[in-house]
Amino acid sequence: MSIDMAQFHQVFFEESFEGLDIMESGLLNLDMGDVDAEDINTIFRAAHSIKGGSGTFGFTAVSDFTHILETLLDEMRDGRRKVTQPAVNVLLGSVDCLREMLTAIQNESAVDNASVAEHKLALEIELKGGALLTSPHAEPAAIAKINTAISLNEQGWAITFCPHVDLLKTGNDPVRMFRELSTLGELEIIVDLRGLPDFYDYNPEECHLSWQLNLLGQVNIEAIEDIFDWVEGNCDMSIQSLADKAAKVAQLSAVDLVDDSVNPDEGVSPAIQLAAVETAKSTKEESKAAAKGSSSIRVDTSKIDTLINMVGELVITQSMLSLVGEHFELGKLDQLKSGLAQLERHTRELQESVMNIRMLPISFVFSRFPRLTHDLSTKLGKKIELKLVGENTEVDKTVVELISDPLVHLVRNSLDHGIEMPADRIAAGKPEMGTVTLEAYHRGGNIVIEVRDDGKGLDKHKLKTKAIEKGLIEKDAILTDKQIFELIFMPGFSTAEQVTDVSGRGVGMDVVRRNIQALGGNIELISELGKGSTIAIHLPLTLAILDGQSVAVGDETFIVPLGSIIESINVTDKMVNRVAGKGETFRLRGDYLPIVRMHEIFDVKSAKAEKLTDGLMVVVEGQGTRYGLFVDDLLGQQQVVIKSLEANYRRVEGVSGATILGDGSVALILDIPGLVRLSNQ
Amino acid sequence: MASILAVDDSASMRQMVSFTLKGAGYDVVEAVDGVDALSKAKTRKFDCVVTDVNMPNKDGISLIKDLRALPDYKFVPLLMLTTESGMDKKQQGKEAGATGWIVKPFNPDQLLKTIQKVLG
Repeated sequence: MSIDMAQFHQVFFEESFEGLDIMESGLLNLDMGDVDAEDINTIFRAAHSIKGGSGTFGFTAVSDFTHILETLLDEMRDGRRKVTQPAVNVLLGSVDCLREMLTAIQNESAVDNASVAEHKLALEIELKGGALLTSPHAEPAAIAKINTAISLNEQGWAITFCPHVDLLKTGNDPVRMFRELSTLGELEIIVDLRGLPDFYDYNPEECHLSWQLNLLGQVNIEAIEDIFDWVEGNCDMSIQSLADKAAKVAQLSAVDLVDDSVNPDEGVSPAIQLAAVETAKSTKEESKAAAKGSSSIRVDTSKIDTLINMVGELVITQSMLSLVGEHFELGKLDQLKSGLAQLERHTRELQESVMNIRMLPISFVFSRFPRLTHDLSTKLGKKIELKLVGENTEVDKTVVELISDPLVHLVRNSLDHGIEMPADRIAAGKPEMGTVTLEAYHRGGNIVIEVRDDGKGLDKHKLKTKAIEKGLIEKDAILTDKQIFELIFMPGFSTAEQVTDVSGRGVGMDVVRRNIQALGGNIELISELGKGSTIAIHLPLTLAILDGQSVAVGDETFIVPLGSIIESINVTDKMVNRVAGKGETFRLRGDYLPIVRMHEIFDVKSAKAEKLTDGLMVVVEGQGTRYGLFVDDLLGQQQVVIKSLEANYRRVEGVSGATILGDGSVALILDIPGLVRLSNQ
Repeated sequence: MASILAVDDSASMRQMVSFTLKGAGYDVVEAVDGVDALSKAKTRKFDCVVTDVNMPNKDGISLIKDLRALPDYKFVPLLMLTTESGMDKKQQGKEAGATGWIVKPFNPDQLLKTIQKVLG
């Protein structure tokens, strides 16, 4: 039977990469002082699965490599080998190597043999030398199989087979074994009933029979041993060549157990050429069918169950409604209304659960940082502890994919520039071990990801001087703290006195900010000299659906992201100030907020409210500052499906996308920070 | 056709085993670990169980031991899939009541042959 093994490859790759992640995080979590056997076992199990799978699917290079890795882990697991940091580093290196090998195989590209050989050598050195506590176990006396592979007996074999009483309880069946034997050659079976107890003592679950089997023909003894392999230890048996046996029988003719029919002169059947047929057909792994890394998503089964449940509800509601509709009369209006309300609720719930499927825990992103921290802190000679908080916070898959690179940049910055050298920390009266915290949490409709460090923080004066030097700001500019920290996100601004190969060369933070803005989020930095810095990224939970507030400006409807609205108020003349050259502001509880007149920005001619007191002021927050959006009226809140304006038309400043309203008309979704930029121009 | 319970924590191995055996007409049920397998084995009687050894929750050896203790599985062939070619694991398996083993790596043909051998 031929089975295309390639169809299992994708799953194998997926689980192998998962296994490697498990190994990696397991290795990073090992506490040298107090190694938990279960931790090692988890790592071992992952390696073991990869080895088993790769062997089965024909990736010999991978299974050979993993084999050495596994041996090392096995010795650690048994306590025969001490777990040391150098050994862990070698193991981590080989995890990387395996990942590269698997990626190469998956992409059908060439495996970097030099790198593999190097890691293999490192493993072997570790295996031979390393911190071996005792000499490795002598291999359990290699199964005493005399190498008789070639020595074929011309006549056949006499097999004495006396099973122990409990043989049947292992699920083995003598009849099955005899059937197999009979495929090797002509088989004579002589049963010996002498061990059978009295009928009344007889327990049918026990085996009291023994057999004398004569297998005639040119049979390889190994093939016979293979058949009895499973029952070794559950029986007494001997395999002799018939020729020898006949000779013995001739000598000791008194042995009556042996049937007389065994006569070397007769019954020698034509030799049946049979040796265990090697069926190991090389599986064609070059199969081009191997699916490439697809954009698949792993979904918690419970989420799917919820979805199915929801669809069930929907179907029930639908059938109820169609029943109402079939013979509709005015008396059924209430029924119709409640049905529609139910339909609305179910649709919303269904939508929520579907969206939920796209949600992944942020741990998908966070999981790479322990390794990054480990490697970098070793390289930099710093002592750094990474704390991960809120790893189970869920975010949209797209966000997970796109946030990774900016985050790496930020964490690297913290490790490289933020945390000081151990000596400097001690001198500053801080603990030697620096801490970098990665935290994710939900706030309103946003997810917030914070990168905090307790390092040296940013020097505001230095920042400002540097910005002046670089001509980014005027010499006499008066900046708030917030504005000073904003400088760091300006293009061409780098704070490190020396460019290191760790966190780049000053093209970083502006790119990071741009990436995050492209996701509809924003980033801010707070820092205190000597105490550390915090960078907070605010991102929308999902990129496909938005909670919006519809507002009317003349005949037009706009959608304001609900998350950015703080409140809506009517302004009075007393609240409004006009500042020469800087537009209008209004005072709200002591603060002066700039006013953005929507109808002016979008050139809506039909606006009903020209005077500020006639319309409504929607107070919104964008990039940490509050503004008042002046609109005619508030319409309603609803969830809107975001349609890209860029993909269908072109990018428009102040607008993040469009949506189709219930009545079929198109409404623009406002991009508050963009809108503010637009109004400042 | 005979029913087989295929137990392996590795999805690819499990699918491979299951696919191969289903292709040969067997009625195959999959289980992801020993605990899952044991609960499935209690709901119906399988004609054969093929299990991986190294698994979380409940490993293959312990599964075999527990299965063997069930009246329904007293004589049912219980096979282990093992990479350990040493006698170590096999011996443990045998003591637990395993019928036999299939040594990894194996190809579908080898698997099928063994199963056909056991189930006749």
